[in-house]
Amino acid sequence: MGMTISEKILARAAGLPSVRPGEIVECAVDLAMTHEGTAAAAQKFFAMGGARVWEPGRIASLLDHWAPAHTERIAGVHSLIRSFVAAQGIKNFYDIREGICHQVIPEKGHVRPGWLIVGTDSHTTTYGAFGAFATGVGVTDMAAVFLDGRIWLKVPPTIRFVIEGDLGPHVTSKDVMLYLLGRFGTEYATYKAVEFAGGTVRAMSVSSRMTLTNMAVEMGAKAGIVAPDDKTLDWLEPRLGFRPEVMNNDTDAVFELEIVINAGEIGIQVACPHSPGNSVPLHQVAGRPINQAFLGSCTNGRLEDLAAAVAVMGGRPVAPGVRMIVIPASREVYREAMGMGYIQALSEAGAVICNPTCGACIGAQMGLLAPGEVCIASSNRNFKGRMGSQDAEVYLASPAVVAASAVAGLIAGPEEVAGK
Amino acid sequence: MKIRGFAWKYGDNIDTDLIIPGKYLDIGDVRELARHAMEGLDPDFVSKFRPGDVIVAGRNFGCGSSRENAADVLKELGVGAVVAESFARIFFRNAINIGLPVLECEGCGKIEGGHEIELDMRSAMVFNHTSGSVYRAGSLPDFILDIVEAGGLVEYKKKSRR
Repeated sequence: MGMTISEKILARAAGLPSVRPGEIVECAVDLAMTHEGTAAAAQKFFAMGGARVWEPGRIASLLDHWAPAHTERIAGVHSLIRSFVAAQGIKNFYDIREGICHQVIPEKGHVRPGWLIVGTDSHTTTYGAFGAFATGVGVTDMAAVFLDGRIWLKVPPTIRFVIEGDLGPHVTSKDVMLYLLGRFGTEYATYKAVEFAGGTVRAMSVSSRMTLTNMAVEMGAKAGIVAPDDKTLDWLEPRLGFRPEVMNNDTDAVFELEIVINAGEIGIQVACPHSPGNSVPLHQVAGRPINQAFLGSCTNGRLEDLAAAVAVMGGRPVAPGVRMIVIPASREVYREAMGMGYIQALSEAGAVICNPTCGACIGAQMGLLAPGEVCIASSNRNFKGRMGSQDAEVYLASPAVVAASAVAGLIAGPEEVAGK
Repeated sequence: MKIRGFAWKYGDNIDTDLIIPGKYLDIGDVRELARHAMEGLDPDFVSKFRPGDVIVAGRNFGCGSSRENAADVLKELGVGAVVAESFARIFFRNAINIGLPVLECEGCGKIEGGHEIELDMRSAMVFNHTSGSVYRAGSLPDFILDIVEAGGLVEYKKKSRR
């Protein structure tokens, strides 16, 4: 019986000829990713009796959740992390300037197809867009990985979404993901791997695929995965310095479910408060006045996202009374966006451009909402209280819808603001 | 390992921002952080929760972020265990790793707030002493129960490395 990509990666990492869903296996980790969670992981690592991390070259760390530090305590956390990585010889360390982990780690060449990656962040699933098995863990699990590079994992069954057909105008991978969440719910894939396949996914850019795997965790998934193709390898090659090997599904791989989706049935979607699963077609919520529009995050803060926003805005200003916050996902994205004139255009439209950081998405050090306020965001979660007040409302949508809404001052689609 | 306490009943999809909102995560001290636990869901939780009581919830408890603080604040407040119809996987792992007992129990929806319940972790049984009902929970492998009983993965690793 054949194996899925996920099963093959876990079997290789466990040193076994094959694994089956439900089996608990002890795996060697190829990459451990940590952000500000490094501080707590380090503390627990020492408490476990650790002295030196197992293999410093297999750890990549960065500072993104509270960057730059906004309180003295966070400054202390950052300082502690800088000392830890220096003392441990962790050379893959990126300080506050680089941006959000899930954008920076692939950009810097730390992700390879077929790798097992664990990270102290739930959106670690993003790296599945490159054919890696990548999953989020807490800081205690990470401390144990620091000790010996090993972790126990239960082999998940795989649900495979096969999406076929052309997406309509202004319908993006974000709309696809919100559609799937609305249709199947936020725990449909709990403990499972989700594979995104089919012609629609093949036609997407690597950046768009990252949006799918990023939000796979919103469906409860342990991993989201896209089988690597030439696009993936073309993206990775200059960053790795070589063209990596890939793992693919065996022809007789067994999926728990294979669900065929017709891309034509997916329209522009918006997830209403307070769950990414409360996703509805745009027209059901269009017209709702907004106070803030947030374009950014590891979900939709890439170059193509900023490009889509600039195109939709078409030189029109942000509506009076609306705050538009733009956070490019990384320094690389920021600099490319400057080169393309996107930053200039967004700033001229009245948007506030912030440095690459998780920032507003997690309600950390900026962009928080007051009671009664409404925000439309390109990020991944709209849980109650996530972006500030418990009495604020967050709607999730694609960058195009966020930009259109910013211009209109209310939730609107790109076509509604075009030509106005 | 057995845990006996009174039930605090919550619904489905209790996410990590309801358990502990992101805006407080820059507070370092877990005792101070715990003062905000569940505040968006149940403002009385922190003031009325008695150590040893048990949280009983619906499906997908702990969905969302990998923030271990969500499990930490519940443990800090003295939550004896969390029983839910299902858990989000990162919260489930985190709870085990900090020694907070968790059981997945399909039948726990029948438990009401204030019922006195008892969990037997090894046999994966939940007893409702108020209603007299007994529910079977999902059993956990021995090594996971060993981690919980050790008080979490730090203690477990410390012991196993001696």
